[in-house]
Amino acid sequence: MTQRFAPDRPAHIGQPHLRRNALRHLAGRGAYVSDLALPRMVHAAFLRSPMAHGRITALDLDEARAAPGVIAVYSAADLNPMCQGWTGVLSHFAGMTSPAQSILADQEVLWVGHPVAMVIARTRAEAEDACEKILLDIDDLPAVAGFAPALDPDMPAAAEASASNLCFRAELKTEGAAAAFDGAALVVEGEWRFGRHTAVTLEPRAVVADYDPASGQLTVHHGTQTPFQFQDVYARQFGLPDNRVRVISPDVGGSFGMKLHLYHEEMATVAASLKLHRPVRFVADRLESFTSDIHARDHKVKARMALDGQGQVLAMEVLDRTLIGPYSTYPRTSVAEGNQVIRLMGAPYAMPDYHGVLEVLFQNKVQTSQYRAVGHPIAVQVTEALIDLAAEKLGLDPFEMRARNVVADDAYPCASATGYRFEKLSHQESLRRLRALMDYDGLRAEQAALREKGIHRGIGLATFVEITNPGAAFYGVGGARISAQDGAVVRLTPGGEAHCAISVTEQGQGTETIIAQIVADQLGLTPDQVKVVTGDTDATPSGGATWACRGAGIGGETALRAGRKLAEQLCRIAGAILQAAPESLALRGGAVVDAATGAERLALAELARIATYRPDTLPEGTDNSLSVAQHFAPQGYPFGFTNGVQAAWVEVDTETGLVKLLKHWVVEDCGRIINPLLVDEQIRGGVVQGLGAALYEECLYDDAGQLLNGSLADYLVPMAGEMPDILIGHVETPTEDTILGAKGVGEAGTAAAGAAVMNAVNDALRPFGARLCQTPMTPARILAALGIGPTERDETWN
Amino acid sequence: MKAPPFAYRLAEDLPQALDLYARSAGDAVYLAGGHSIVPSLSLRLQAPALLIDISRIAALAGVSLGPEGLRIGATTPHAVLLEDPLVATHAPLLAEAARHVAHPAIRNRATFGGNLVLADPASEFPAVVRALRAELEVEGPEGARQIAAEDFFLDLYTTALQPGEILRAVLIPPPAPGQLVAFAELARRQGDFAMVGAAVRLVPKAGVIGTADIVFHSVGLTPMRAVAAEAALIGQALDAATIAAACAAVAQDLQPGDDPVLPAATRLHLAGVLLGRLLRRVQGEWA
Ligand SMILES: Cc1cc2nc3c(=O)[nH]c(=O)nc-3n(C[C@H](O)[C@H](O)[C@H](O)COP(=O)(O)OP(=O)(O)OC[C@H]3O[C@@H](n4cnc5c(N)ncnc54)[C@H](O)[C@@H]3O)c2cc1C
Repeated sequence: MTQRFAPDRPAHIGQPHLRRNALRHLAGRGAYVSDLALPRMVHAAFLRSPMAHGRITALDLDEARAAPGVIAVYSAADLNPMCQGWTGVLSHFAGMTSPAQSILADQEVLWVGHPVAMVIARTRAEAEDACEKILLDIDDLPAVAGFAPALDPDMPAAAEASASNLCFRAELKTEGAAAAFDGAALVVEGEWRFGRHTAVTLEPRAVVADYDPASGQLTVHHGTQTPFQFQDVYARQFGLPDNRVRVISPDVGGSFGMKLHLYHEEMATVAASLKLHRPVRFVADRLESFTSDIHARDHKVKARMALDGQGQVLAMEVLDRTLIGPYSTYPRTSVAEGNQVIRLMGAPYAMPDYHGVLEVLFQNKVQTSQYRAVGHPIAVQVTEALIDLAAEKLGLDPFEMRARNVVADDAYPCASATGYRFEKLSHQESLRRLRALMDYDGLRAEQAALREKGIHRGIGLATFVEITNPGAAFYGVGGARISAQDGAVVRLTPGGEAHCAISVTEQGQGTETIIAQIVADQLGLTPDQVKVVTGDTDATPSGGATWACRGAGIGGETALRAGRKLAEQLCRIAGAILQAAPESLALRGGAVVDAATGAERLALAELARIATYRPDTLPEGTDNSLSVAQHFAPQGYPFGFTNGVQAAWVEVDTETGLVKLLKHWVVEDCGRIINPLLVDEQIRGGVVQGLGAALYEECLYDDAGQLLNGSLADYLVPMAGEMPDILIGHVETPTEDTILGAKGVGEAGTAAAGAAVMNAVNDALRPFGARLCQTPMTPARILAALGIGPTERDETWN
Repeated sequence: MKAPPFAYRLAEDLPQALDLYARSAGDAVYLAGGHSIVPSLSLRLQAPALLIDISRIAALAGVSLGPEGLRIGATTPHAVLLEDPLVATHAPLLAEAARHVAHPAIRNRATFGGNLVLADPASEFPAVVRALRAELEVEGPEGARQIAAEDFFLDLYTTALQPGEILRAVLIPPPAPGQLVAFAELARRQGDFAMVGAAVRLVPKAGVIGTADIVFHSVGLTPMRAVAAEAALIGQALDAATIAAACAAVAQDLQPGDDPVLPAATRLHLAGVLLGRLLRRVQGEWA
């Protein structure tokens, strides 16, 4: 481990500082968009399509317009012309297509929940009352709902504007892929099905749009993770200068990737405010969240793995098919997940060859897009299941199998067969630590002893690689106006404290806490002396904010460089005051000190006082700036990959199909750990979301495209009572691409938790010859694997 | 998810509640704990003109013990069933079931009476009162009457209550000598509506099973009495063969439907597994 920080600096980086906003939230002082009440604010509700696909034959708004409290009722004809349409395609996904989207359904409805009309009223209740008074007639069109119709060449496209239901196809192939299979001593294979699920944030999507025609200013209070992206979107789509659009994202009650996509309701709310010249509020209710928030996953994967006689992985062959919505989501597309699936396959392993095919298909369900751990759980689950299958066939222990195949810790830098370039990962060290942490051998003995008593427990392992710190190669190169850089303004206040306004945002993960720690270290202050401001496009420089695990790695580096720049400037001013060379000075303990001896020369408060109130006493020509601005864009590797390994210990009740999660372990390497508490919090939360997908969460539809479980009574999320203890270990391999050395960690837990649990369930079921290949692993599916009850209708592969 | 407009009246006593209903032209709904009716209003599944709040009527409250058994007022919250010493002693099956009903916040408000009147086939309490052969005391425009739990649950969300009638209390008869009871359910998460659950009451007689009550929930349109399984037990010693016969008989008693996450055949299998576990538990307590 390299020591990058001068040892004499007070190191807040690396310390378990408590999350700063936690106390405020606990005290009920959170300020969410959902709480916002502005003078003259009115409320929006939407009439939505009750059918998955159809043609609007009648839409009569008159009775709704006359209903009590109603201010306006809009259809596509009213709102769509106000803004340009948007199309979720990016040029680096060669050949992808998607119909354009507009605010409200115009003639054709494309999924159950597609907004058709918007009612604005004094209260949300009145708006909902008026929605019931709208007369809407729809003629049914054939609904594409599921793999079979999406792959059926005779089936009309999910949207009339599409030529077919194929949105995108991609293929990756190394030269030796076919030969690797021909020469393999062992080939293992399988098919996996990944259910559709969604984010279920505690605070639903919320937006209050407030247009002031007198100043030409549009202010949008928006519970999003990417305020600058939305500033740009609103400005461009509605034809406003971007500096007249201000997006404020205060406290956000969870986002997990779901709150960075462009939604019809948010666009409609902005359009309505532009029309009405008053604040318009839309907060999704839970049912609306289920039918309009993006969903994720919905993949079907067929995969094979070729190995030599020693259990060395030679190649994988993968066909990933994924069902999205009737169009690709804007601005990140609905193909990024599949794209990551086929590229992350086998990523931890020294696998020379690969052949992967991705097919992204349209259907008439709500759109899909990026949600925590985009693609990772699928690639990890398939890879790790194949590794376990091979181990079983070869009579090797699953730990040994992985130890033989992971890329050696001294083999970096290197690249995967799928084209990812790795700077430095630590699979071997992570496996070693995990083995000790979980007492693997002891657990195996316990498992064997319990089997004798008819208790079926299983151990599952899953190694993984996580994509973090993305550069512009992720979206920018494809033409997306998605920033891969961030910016900060750091200043010394007149009282000698610090203030940092930064473009990365906070949704409860602790961004503001780590930024304060980093800035504090650069300025010789304590974190509570650093006020951090985020989430307001008028208050901070522009940047990418929160997506793809970049807040700590990229935002943190931005803050570090900004802090250093200010430290240098403060030393220059101090040098002028003290008649000392700036290089001989340093900042420690709230003061300017002599760098060599540590002797205090000037309190920062005094420096700030002089520079602010008595600049006349400074030598002529001294720059008295107490503020600096700094932007940072990642350079070097296109992504900052991280790695880790997870293990699950479960018990399967083979009579009921119920799975008890007994314990879960994660060893993870996210580079420099800025705050171990927050890193562990991220990992645990991520694991729980992964466990949700593995056992509980699934958006269920019927053949007509009706969502069957749009409530939290029917859509099961993991709850505390069912969650196991999660033990965490760390390896720390800082990236050399930045001074800070931090990488991301937000998606690591989700990336492999499901894979570990599926392997554990299959390990428990091994004596029965039963194997699960579908998530969530419901009791019915587990029992079906055990030969009890029907298996699900098998969908053809064609 | 906002309720359509409705009027609200707090009833001080039973006559007032009945009177308010009588003058509502049938367009009123009683409000007890509100944990079923309020979500249903918000989802706009129901749109009554008037809600008559009966939650503070003294005559509907309280748990008391008398010669005819344990009387539990309709507005008794689930949480009280879980903690009340009288319930624990005289109707332990109810206390056991209450642990499986939702979560503490809901149990603090949702009422025993509201739960029974709602007659959700996935609810625990209807199965328990049926297994315990409870009597439901009802107050209505035509006066008071008593309905056996056995005759109360007619269909999905449908009971023998006539429009405007109020469930006042539930009378649980004193336990028969030697009576053994057990309750269990299989749910994917603690507090969820079960995939299947059952309440069992056995009364031994001269070394064999004299009376058997087996009522399942979450497997049909009402709490389901498993008549064939009961018959397989009566007159038999509670041994492994008897238990196996009872479990096998469940297939004659239950015809669950398919649902999106649980095929009928799987649910039936689970019912058999659960009954076997319950009977083996009772077997352990058999003197
Ligand atoms: C998140 C959640 C989870 C739940 N989980 C479970 C569970 O696991 N198991 C379970 O059994 N239940 C569960 N419930 C339901 C809960 O038990 C209900 O609240 C209960 O079924 C209804 O009781 P209530 O007092 O809230 O009735 P209300 O909602 O007030 O009324 C329900 C119906 O009964 C009528 N009513 C109420 N009292 C009387 C009376 N005395 N006489 C005549 N009519 C009356 C009302 O008019 C209404 O039609 C859950 C509820 C929630 C919100």
